Amino acid sequence: MSTQSADERILASELVGEIRAVAARIGRPVKLMEVCGTHTVELRRQGIASLLPESVRLVSGPGCPVCVTPAGYLDNAIAVAEAGLALVASFGDMLKVPGSTGATLGSLTGRGLVKMIYSPAELIGLAGAAEKPVMFLGIGFETTIPTVISALLAARDRGIDNLLLYTAFKTIVPALLFLLGRTGTGVDAFLLPGHVSAVIGSEAYAFLREPGGIPGVITGFEPLDMLLGILLALRQLSAGTHEVQNAYPRVVKPGGNAKALRLMAESLEPRSEPWRGLGRIDGGSLGLRPDLSRFDAGVRFALPTAVDTEAPGCLCARVVAGEADPPQCGLFASRCTPDDPVGPCMVSAEGTCAAWFRYGPGRL
Amino acid sequence: MRSLVPLRAGAAVSNPRLIRLEHGSGGALSRELVETVIYPAFRSEAYCELSDAGPISPGAELLVTTDGYVVDPPFFPGGDIGRLAVFGTCNDLAVSGAEPVCLSLALIIEEGFPLDDLRRVVQSAAEAAREAATRVVTGDTKVVPRGTGGGVYITTTGIGRRLFPYPVSPTRITEGDAVIVSAPIGAHGLAVLAARESLPVGAGLRSDTCLLFPLASGLFALGDSLRFMRDATRGGVAAVLNEIAGNGGSSGQAWGIEVEEESFPVSAEVRTVSDLLGLNPLEVANEGVLVAIVADCARQEALDILHALPAGREAQAVGRVSARHPRTVMMRTRIGGSSVLDYPRGLLLPRIC
Amino acid sequence: MCLAVPMRISRLLESGRAVVAQGAVEIEVDVSLLSDPRPGDHVIIHAGYAIETLALEEAEQRLALFRRMAELGQGN
Repeated sequence: MSTQSADERILASELVGEIRAVAARIGRPVKLMEVCGTHTVELRRQGIASLLPESVRLVSGPGCPVCVTPAGYLDNAIAVAEAGLALVASFGDMLKVPGSTGATLGSLTGRGLVKMIYSPAELIGLAGAAEKPVMFLGIGFETTIPTVISALLAARDRGIDNLLLYTAFKTIVPALLFLLGRTGTGVDAFLLPGHVSAVIGSEAYAFLREPGGIPGVITGFEPLDMLLGILLALRQLSAGTHEVQNAYPRVVKPGGNAKALRLMAESLEPRSEPWRGLGRIDGGSLGLRPDLSRFDAGVRFALPTAVDTEAPGCLCARVVAGEADPPQCGLFASRCTPDDPVGPCMVSAEGTCAAWFRYGPGRL
Repeated sequence: MRSLVPLRAGAAVSNPRLIRLEHGSGGALSRELVETVIYPAFRSEAYCELSDAGPISPGAELLVTTDGYVVDPPFFPGGDIGRLAVFGTCNDLAVSGAEPVCLSLALIIEEGFPLDDLRRVVQSAAEAAREAATRVVTGDTKVVPRGTGGGVYITTTGIGRRLFPYPVSPTRITEGDAVIVSAPIGAHGLAVLAARESLPVGAGLRSDTCLLFPLASGLFALGDSLRFMRDATRGGVAAVLNEIAGNGGSSGQAWGIEVEEESFPVSAEVRTVSDLLGLNPLEVANEGVLVAIVADCARQEALDILHALPAGREAQAVGRVSARHPRTVMMRTRIGGSSVLDYPRGLLLPRIC
Repeated sequence: MCLAVPMRISRLLESGRAVVAQGAVEIEVDVSLLSDPRPGDHVIIHAGYAIETLALEEAEQRLALFRRMAELGQGN
């Protein structure tokens, strides 16, 4: 083992020791919620969940953008691709997700109807060279949204007018407010998403300081970052405070990325659309402003509003709100598995149920 | 635009009666397909264990193996489908304890595939056979209409002569045995993915396609201490370890495997590219990596043998067979925590989320 | 949703793009979301875009911070 990793392991064990001490002082079980699919996976994959004391429970909120996008959105995208109305372009994440009939976009890539891209920057060249319109599936939170908008506006500025955006953008703060307003989650503190926060800034979470708020710690993604985030959240709970702490200051500033925020404000407006599993969240979505509606695929193709009805027995609505653990769902690991997902929490590798299935509860 | 199918509450999200792309990606679903549909048709008393290579008759010295190659694109950095087909089949023989005797090569070519490309593929296959000290002695050629084949598909069958006197079988594995990975992981799958999707990331990666016979035959010297070998292809090292944990042991004994995350050999380049693409090198396909299970007392000797060979210079011991948590691969993470190393699930696709 | 990788700007290109590197890996990314990108800057790359700059002094102090946090176990 290199000295760097030996150091890391020593520091990790010191942080874990401190976490255990503070948890013992708190003296009651506490529930920490993260709202980022990458945190969901990394907390387990890095073995952090296995090192925490029993009294500290990690739950996952609606931080997986694929999981909170209604299946109807995917049905619309598949229909557009199969009808040849546009070349559908998408991040890899969406290609494996089944629509309501079980079909996936991935199975259409071989026929040239769907193109996977790694970066929105590729859309400019793709649309420029295509005869048909190119419809990009705009999913993601604030980490991703500015990159998509940047590409759309760059295409527009080059006179490329056949790049369309089918938006499914989500914003994190309305979701947090929604969760705070929902009794029964029993969440004691938030581990806030480090890279979304890099864009929106730590001050975006100021509402947590208000009466009724809970502690929030902006957390990075390296194992030591995540341990530090958990420790700071526990210390706040022990002290009875509810502040917003930035445990990822090397990337997150109070005002975030002003340029990215301006870009978003100029092109997008808040909408109140349903999040799969949670229902309508006020201002929780972003759509293109009217002056950009000619790039809006939903408008151009008159796509029906995507609505979901969840399968009977599916507990995702409660799981995604942090109110239930996946094993409490009767379908979990029997009818509903990562290879044959029923509900949104299982469809993406980052969903709570998928992470739980693959990595276990983390505790041994 | 056709009318959209209305959402039906309670409908099965996917039709379990149809084959999906995921059935071919080497992960859990592939395993399930083979175990529940394929093996039951062909198992018998004489052939209860259907492994990578089987004896032509019970107890025979000659083994036979077969493989289909559908890699897209057919030419990728570090190799091509012809070379891959020959080496891959020879590697299956090698990890089954055999040297190649001869090969057959069947081509299914899509209408419209350039003749020059076909020449390159077959010449590459011939060259690869020479390198493997064997030859293609028979074959077949078919052409399918445009749109129904992936450029060119190849099926190779290999006959091998058993050199290793012990059965290379998970039933010989026992508690405490060491798990060894022969070379850095993750290069092939990423190189092919980057080439196929023209990704702006990963253009510098090369497939690790190579012959494993020198490594395997080097390990034959361990005798009874060499329990089992497998080449880690699609599904990566994670799939191989899970298959071993699922199958290991005689008389129904199931073992667990414990591995140390830090010990897997991974090049810095593969690490960076897989971070950028959101992929796990442990789940990425290889074409030049051998996983060996050896008795613990032979662990250092095995590593010495591998380190002396060009393709094994970076071999590492990554863990051991355990009596705890049967049928599960447990990984000790770099910060000293524990995490299950699951079968890969679904298609290997980059993600940004 | 937050997959992002730290890399270093090797050189700036035209039209808001740059070459970033980590070890032997070099890729081209878009840096137009940054206010003042410069060669040598460490940045966070997400989906082919640099979304923020990494404050290196912060990163260097990070380990020292961890040690202090672990030591200051008392209180709270």
